[in-house]
Amino acid sequence: MPFEGLIGGLLIGLAAALLLLGSGRIAGISGIAARALSLSQSGISASSAWMFMGGLLLGAIAVHFLISPIESSFPPSNALLIFGGLLVGFGTRLGSGCTSGHGVCGMSRFSRRSFVATLTFIASGITTVALANEAGWAW
Amino acid sequence: MVMRRALVSLASGGLFGSGLAVSGMMDPKRVRGFLDIFGDWDPTLAFVMGGATAVMALGWLIQGRMPAPAFADEFQLPGTRLIDLRLVTGSAMFGIGWGLAGLCPGPGLAALVIEPMSAGIFVASMVAGMAVHRAAKL
Repeated sequence: MPFEGLIGGLLIGLAAALLLLGSGRIAGISGIAARALSLSQSGISASSAWMFMGGLLLGAIAVHFLISPIESSFPPSNALLIFGGLLVGFGTRLGSGCTSGHGVCGMSRFSRRSFVATLTFIASGITTVALANEAGWAW
Repeated sequence: MVMRRALVSLASGGLFGSGLAVSGMMDPKRVRGFLDIFGDWDPTLAFVMGGATAVMALGWLIQGRMPAPAFADEFQLPGTRLIDLRLVTGSAMFGIGWGLAGLCPGPGLAALVIEPMSAGIFVASMVAGMAVHRAAKL
């Protein structure tokens, strides 16, 4: 659904712009999550990180109950969630960012570093899905 | 200032979470569908990224004309040029996890409110991965 995607994207862009212009920080979720749990020393304060995470959950709940129920289909096996989660956690820390920090905030700033990161994780994600489909792990 | 920054963080998180929910990106199958370019491709994520980067590009234009953020002494921003093995290796590993689970950090956390069991397993594993990185001092 491209239209909903575009509207959601505009809201995400507003969120990132608000944090930049209000607090002077990058809205990178992997960094904010690590900061909240004291797994990172840089970025926004730990209390602000918790406020952001609380807002993230509240925003999703508000849409779910006030606008329309969120549809989702999760991977069929916990192994995919566990291996996927471990790689996402380790990889985003090693690579200093994820879809929000590099993808949204970095690319819009024309950061060379973020273009390389984003192209790398999209290419690697495409390859992973293609190989998983070949192996019969489509879902 | 501290209180205002806390409110800015709360509001920014709220906008971010509602954007993820509206966009459909809290559905791991649709995110996987975006990466499935040789199969039944779902272009939605490209529209999400397009909308978000367009607004944020305006944010950067405004930032360039502001001496300091509204509620802090200075902008604290990461560098933009360094491209090293960490960046590429970390991003490649992230992409594998993203393709396997159909989740990146934002949607994974936000999905705790709709699919607490599955999202909880993903988030706990993600935090474990971050802790391993921290312990390894890379």
